[in-house]
Amino acid sequence: MNCTTPVYLDYNATSPVHPDVLEAMLPYLTDRFGNPSSIHWAGRQVKGAVEEARERVAQLVNCRPVEVVFTSCGTEADNMALRGTVSASRGRGNHIITTVVEHPAVAETCRMLEREGCEVTRLAVGRDGLPDLAELEAAICDRTILISAMFANNETGTVLPAAEIGAIAVRRRVPFHCDAVQALGKIPVDCQTLQAGMVALSGHKIGAPKGIGALVVRTGTRLHPLILGGSQERNRRAGTENVAGIVAFGAACERAAATLAEGAARMAALRDRLEEGLLRTVPDVTLNGHRERRLPNTSNIAFHGAKADSLLASLDLEGIAASSGSACSSGSLKASPVLAAMGIAPEAAAGSLRFSLGPETTVAEIDRVLALLPGIVARLRSS
Amino acid sequence: MGSSHEGTRKRVVVAMSGGVDSSVCAALLKEEGYEVIGISMQVWDYSRFTGDAGETFGTCCSLDDIHDARRVAEQLEIPFYVVNFEEEFQRLVIDDFVDEYFLGRTPNPCVRCNQWIKFELLLKKARELAADFMATGHYARIERGDDGLLHLWKGDDPSKDQSYFLFTLTQEQLARTLFPLGGMTKQETRALAARYGLRVAEKGESQDVCFVPDGDYVRLLEEARGTDLLSGEIVDRDGRVLGRHDGTYRYTIGQRRGLGIAHPHPLYVVGVDAERREVTVGGADELMAQGLRASRVHWIAGAPDAPLEAECRIRYRHRPVPCMVEPLPGDEAHIRFATPEKSVTPGQAVVFYRGGEVLGGGWIEEKL
Repeated sequence: MNCTTPVYLDYNATSPVHPDVLEAMLPYLTDRFGNPSSIHWAGRQVKGAVEEARERVAQLVNCRPVEVVFTSCGTEADNMALRGTVSASRGRGNHIITTVVEHPAVAETCRMLEREGCEVTRLAVGRDGLPDLAELEAAICDRTILISAMFANNETGTVLPAAEIGAIAVRRRVPFHCDAVQALGKIPVDCQTLQAGMVALSGHKIGAPKGIGALVVRTGTRLHPLILGGSQERNRRAGTENVAGIVAFGAACERAAATLAEGAARMAALRDRLEEGLLRTVPDVTLNGHRERRLPNTSNIAFHGAKADSLLASLDLEGIAASSGSACSSGSLKASPVLAAMGIAPEAAAGSLRFSLGPETTVAEIDRVLALLPGIVARLRSS
Repeated sequence: MGSSHEGTRKRVVVAMSGGVDSSVCAALLKEEGYEVIGISMQVWDYSRFTGDAGETFGTCCSLDDIHDARRVAEQLEIPFYVVNFEEEFQRLVIDDFVDEYFLGRTPNPCVRCNQWIKFELLLKKARELAADFMATGHYARIERGDDGLLHLWKGDDPSKDQSYFLFTLTQEQLARTLFPLGGMTKQETRALAARYGLRVAEKGESQDVCFVPDGDYVRLLEEARGTDLLSGEIVDRDGRVLGRHDGTYRYTIGQRRGLGIAHPHPLYVVGVDAERREVTVGGADELMAQGLRASRVHWIAGAPDAPLEAECRIRYRHRPVPCMVEPLPGDEAHIRFATPEKSVTPGQAVVFYRGGEVLGGGWIEEKL
């Protein structure tokens, strides 16, 4: 392993806890240990902090605080939105519309629901990663109980027309669940604009620790809880609150609200530097996904004739963290279903890498990748 | 990539299975000063072979073993990666395994895996990672001879010698391969594992074919092709029908059990004919062969130009026996045993030795 400073370009996987966020949450791991449901001083001490955090999350995504339901992660929020809707819609229908580029949290849940008797329509996407809204309109029928579509794709960063989907959903009176996990903190996520009944969020992608997420459940949305037990989260999600995580999520959202615009511009400039540099120095490179409608921090690049696992291992041996496609349980790479669904040739998909930048990414980090990657690609192509 | 090599340190990729042998390999090479990278291969979809009760099986490449390999790599503080060769393993090893059985032969998937997966694909992966060598935990040795060529030798531990599985190796492959355990006994390897404090020191040996973890290869074959395709009659040498069978692939040469025929003296499978769906049985004497014809013969340090006295193994756990190898055109050879041998089995490998050296080998086509 190299002695130089490591380079982290995998913020879509997770991000480091921001020092301010850590500072905000630490007291809730020590002195302020109470259970918010308790009536005594120890409970009171933390109850307020949970509600304050709820307000901060609500503020970032423009919804009412009571509509924020904290979960253990974004995946749980997605599971809750889908299963909770199916459960609450018994007798009214069993048809779900989603897309072919969803995160496994939605895609796998849909697959299981299908086995359990639901009917699932998966909207195709074009080469740019965008679904055809006319197809969505056509797919809606009187048994349709949910449209579930992501806001921004985790692999390519492509931003789907979520607000347009929301408008169709409202007009056709079908609940809309928007998985906004990757969008949060990178582009504005506004529940009013999205017109979504439910919006899934995750903390660790924006500088909060792992283990905290939320599902925004707009007032009037019919949803059964996924986890039963106590009456926490207004009976929407049982289980003693992850108080420190919730406080951290609130703090991270507050930071994101303050820094979003500036951070996005900074990341986009660095991402462009990376892409332009690679397109200039490496032959046979193409960019995957929509060129304009995309997150400011994500770049998905096909290095034709090279293998992603070897590229990633070679970068890792130089201390550079990037990612690709979807990993299976052993940690080995499999072909990306998202890139395949976009009609990207298997050969190009097999050589595609994802670089995802964060607020802490520096020019020096980008330049280190630009210095090393052309040589690595050349070596792989010739071995 | 100048920065890949820190000074003159050689970079080596160790094929880590999660077992004792490859773990010790990695530890040894690290101690010797190599820059070591651990790689495990995922060769099949683990969800496919979970038992009815959800139990998993311990074989050379299970998910638990990849986990073990990863933990050993963490312990040794070496980078570790898992490469996915599922598609290639299916195509080059499992499909061939099924094909061979349906041709009435008894395949050897471990040789195929070495030939096409480890020493081809994984070696290529090692090159892609700018490694100078790939190392495996095989008990075999590579030495450069006076002829300037690389020669393959049996491992020093006769009970663990795995040279049988390596007869296909080419000079190019040997030049990039290290077998750090070739000069050791299994006992010494275990002692080293204990000395290094490796968490897998006590782990058992892998036995089964990794993609048939429960040993039920018939199920695999029938899931791939369907049942009852090759059922037929059990006959003797004179064509007399002695019984029926549920598929020729259930039988292999020399097999004695499971014939379901009452007979005054012991009966063995002496022939399997998939085309005629016939299993031929006979007495022990009918199992004997004077020799065999081999195809796809490979010589590690060059083919001889005249018939050659050697010893040969006709299956893994077979003690090498004296023979004469006569190379034929088209990479074939005739092998004649000094004294008749039992159970020459088409589909198995025949490997030629001279003393401790592996000269080469081929695939058994028929007995002579």
